[in-house]
Amino acid sequence: MDLFEYQAKELFAEYGVPVPQGKVASTPEEARAIAEEFAAAGKPRVVVKAQVKTGGRGKAGGVKVADGPEDATAKAEQILGMDIKGHTVHRVLVEEASDIAEEYYFSFLLDRANRTFLSICSAEGGMEIEEVAETNPDAVAKVPVDALKGAPAEVAADIVARGKLPEAAAAGAAELITKLWDVFVGKDATLVEVNPLILTKDGRVVALDGKVTLDENAEFRQDLEKLTFAAEGDPLEVKAKEKGLNYVKLDGEVGIIGNGAGLVMSTLDVVAYAGEEHGGVKPANFLDIGGGASAEVMANGLEIILGDPAVKSVFVNVFGGITACDAVANGIVQALELLESKGEDVSKPLVVRLDGNNAELGRQILTDRNHPAVSQVATMDGAAAQAAELAAK
Amino acid sequence: MAIFLTKDSKVLVQGMTGSEGTKHTRRMLASGTNIVGGVNPRKAGQSVDFDGTDVPVFGSVAEGIKATGADVTVIFVPPKFAKGAVIEAIDAEIGLAVVITEGIPVHDTAAFWAYAGSKGNKTRVIGPNCPGLITPGQSNAGIIPADITKPGRIGLVSKSGTLTYQMMYELRDIGFSTAVGIGGDPIIGTTHIDALAAFEADPDTDAIVMIGEIGGDAEERAAEYIKANVTKPVVGYVAGFTAPEGKTMGHAGAIVSGSSGTAAAKKEALEAAGVKVGKTPSETARLARELF
Repeated sequence: MDLFEYQAKELFAEYGVPVPQGKVASTPEEARAIAEEFAAAGKPRVVVKAQVKTGGRGKAGGVKVADGPEDATAKAEQILGMDIKGHTVHRVLVEEASDIAEEYYFSFLLDRANRTFLSICSAEGGMEIEEVAETNPDAVAKVPVDALKGAPAEVAADIVARGKLPEAAAAGAAELITKLWDVFVGKDATLVEVNPLILTKDGRVVALDGKVTLDENAEFRQDLEKLTFAAEGDPLEVKAKEKGLNYVKLDGEVGIIGNGAGLVMSTLDVVAYAGEEHGGVKPANFLDIGGGASAEVMANGLEIILGDPAVKSVFVNVFGGITACDAVANGIVQALELLESKGEDVSKPLVVRLDGNNAELGRQILTDRNHPAVSQVATMDGAAAQAAELAAK
Repeated sequence: MAIFLTKDSKVLVQGMTGSEGTKHTRRMLASGTNIVGGVNPRKAGQSVDFDGTDVPVFGSVAEGIKATGADVTVIFVPPKFAKGAVIEAIDAEIGLAVVITEGIPVHDTAAFWAYAGSKGNKTRVIGPNCPGLITPGQSNAGIIPADITKPGRIGLVSKSGTLTYQMMYELRDIGFSTAVGIGGDPIIGTTHIDALAAFEADPDTDAIVMIGEIGGDAEERAAEYIKANVTKPVVGYVAGFTAPEGKTMGHAGAIVSGSSGTAAAKKEALEAAGVKVGKTPSETARLARELF
């Protein structure tokens, strides 16, 4: 789960990482009030920053310096509601302007290949680190971090030295890095990025920006709820999440339900290939109902997918492994009855492919039930083709 | 011979007395696995009856090993306690720890993986978030359904559970030496490369099927490894060609970040290493079938 910059900075501040003073506003009036507080404290110059979970805000005009409350209000008005790469700006961060002497780069992230953590440090900050790594690889230090040892003072000092940060920033940066490690571990983050990390003209090292990704698997020990703005997500994704479903909205016409993440990903691909023959129809979603595939979960899943106006046909692709196919077939029948009893429209065509344990029994159950919306195809490729064809009609 | 797991494997189950643990211990026993005990400190000294088979419960992995000579542990412990369970297994120096648990925070996995390394890697870790492994006709450590295939000469390694089952089922007439589900998390113990190396060395494996998915660069690294080290034919499949950037597709590790981790890049790397890559699971099965 990605955080907004202001949320990242709140976490930083909680762990003593130096960040500019600032507050978040969702209206120009709120922005004015914050700027007035800064002006009263002798800091009339503020920066108004769009809060969106994507890069390139500056280039898009989403970050503006303002002189005084009047200007801050105007700048907030310009930025709020802007669209930056498909993200609507609902909030701006209004913070004190910093006197920047130099800009650096720092991050902690997962190193999947080496099954550990990695720190990336560079004296070249303020731009995309991938770009720096390409044009000037020597300027980017990648230092593995031992998960058990972390980043105490001597490790942080080594990272700073390898990143070739100048003498003036070395001590401050090392101290900040040790605190960022505490954020990284303490909040179960998979990414903590500061770009730029700045040296101010008065010699302080400050996190001028912050990007944090948190591990949703750590929900049992982290309060992720308060960091989520569910209402701003895709409504179908929000509804699916409430029902505990593993759902991702996509932009096609064929609704997909399957069991197991790998099989569902594979199903999306097979449907997309089949769609190439049928007017370019594509999968409408990813939905993994898990290995168990119970009737209740099946019903919840079908409800979400049938409620998607973009969906024209549905492909239910289940491989009976742990759960036998007769149980899955009963689940589909019960799910349809449940939805009909709730007055839901279940007339969109459902193509079902059951394979694996007790597949014949499962198919027989669906044949006997003879629901008008349901048709069966024995193979995954064949079923995908039929679902694509039905969606193209 | 098979890899990692044979008929001689003596298997402990950590979390055997929980609902998932109980359900799958029964299934493992039914498929012939030599389950020698469960581990639960609060139920030490008791035993559990599985359809007439009495399985003792030990207070720790170390006690279980001492009493039975166990060399494999299958872990069904909930995410909150999984790190402790794996570290206990590593401390007991058991040869193989199969971590089935889904939803373990990646910081915990990184910690127990680093811990295994600090103890000299005496314990092979498979998973987490995996279906485990099966050597058909000999032993089954995890949740893979035992009755969808039979013993044979294909070695299978996969990030995905259901695609493993799908592939085992499609090739059930040829059969498998061992099928290993390595799991879909960003950090996992045993990798594609580890399994490829073991299959290459296994006299009972003639061909290898490798299933990958979007996220990370494990498939690309496996491709390099195959090019340099694997002489047996390898058939591959990669799921997630249509996955959008920046969205996690079910598995915690299945995410395309920017331009990295795409299925297309993985397919290309595998093909450059001489691996025949199927466009769909059924085409992949067909390619594997052609080898026999």
